[in-house]
Amino acid sequence: MTSDHAAELTSEHAADIDRHVRVYITVFVALMALTIVTVAISYLHLPTAMAITVALFVATVKGTLVAGYFMHLISEKKLIYAVLILTAVFFVALMALPVVTHSNGFWIPE
Amino acid sequence: MDIPYTVEVRRDTGLTNGKIGIWLFLASEVMLFGALFASYILIRVGNPSWPRGDTILNVPLATFNTVVLISSSVTMVMAWASLMRHRFGTFRIYMGATILLGFVFLVVKYFEYSHKFHDGLYPSTNNFLALYFTLTGLHMLHVFGGMVVNAYFWGPGAKLWKTNPVWFTNRVEHSGLFWHFVDLVWIFLFPVLYLL
Repeated sequence: MTSDHAAELTSEHAADIDRHVRVYITVFVALMALTIVTVAISYLHLPTAMAITVALFVATVKGTLVAGYFMHLISEKKLIYAVLILTAVFFVALMALPVVTHSNGFWIPE
Repeated sequence: MDIPYTVEVRRDTGLTNGKIGIWLFLASEVMLFGALFASYILIRVGNPSWPRGDTILNVPLATFNTVVLISSSVTMVMAWASLMRHRFGTFRIYMGATILLGFVFLVVKYFEYSHKFHDGLYPSTNNFLALYFTLTGLHMLHVFGGMVVNAYFWGPGAKLWKTNPVWFTNRVEHSGLFWHFVDLVWIFLFPVLYLL
């Protein structure tokens, strides 16, 4: 699934690809089902905090499926994981900034 | 001068240059959308009241668009898999379907936007709409950009398949990584803007 695989278009890999295509179809069905779940949950009109938690959890599961299988992250090289871990650290910091600054003047005095 | 490491992997990174390049670009994209999501959180928690997305936006249309974009991710990965199986004709069909689905997504967004404008709802109307138009507008630009690159590989760029099929396959894989990222962003945008 990685680039070095792409460099060898052999019949052995063709069988490998057939197996992966079946996985893609399974992931597609799962993503469709989770889309229905996301919309269905919104009709329950849960309390805001609960609704946000559930919706983001389902979106994270869907995102993981896309990144893991369609983007082949499940079998990637270490350097790409390193890049993404670094990105994730900064992303979390970015998300934490508004939350921390809002929590009654941790950095910003009211 | 030839571009190095388009087909063979570099010994130090274990990757082709194109692969590491697209992932570094996607990392920068995560931060771009991250900044906007952080703005969303800040503005939302700073507002005394916040409307539920479904009271302003069209959930059935957005659900349809979610299905469209997820389907386009599948056709994209199938386009790449077709090249891996040496089936260029099938690649063209799947890549064509990916471009078409991207087009459908943009048409639906056009109707959503024009309906809002018709109702007098603009980015300047309130904070919710400002965030909605900024986030979905930037996302739409990404869909359009991905479509342009995919159209290039479907059309004139496909000449490379005849001279260097492995390089062409790698390029389609990298284009696919961008396309899946655009799908991934929408997976988060949809509940955040429309359902919460």
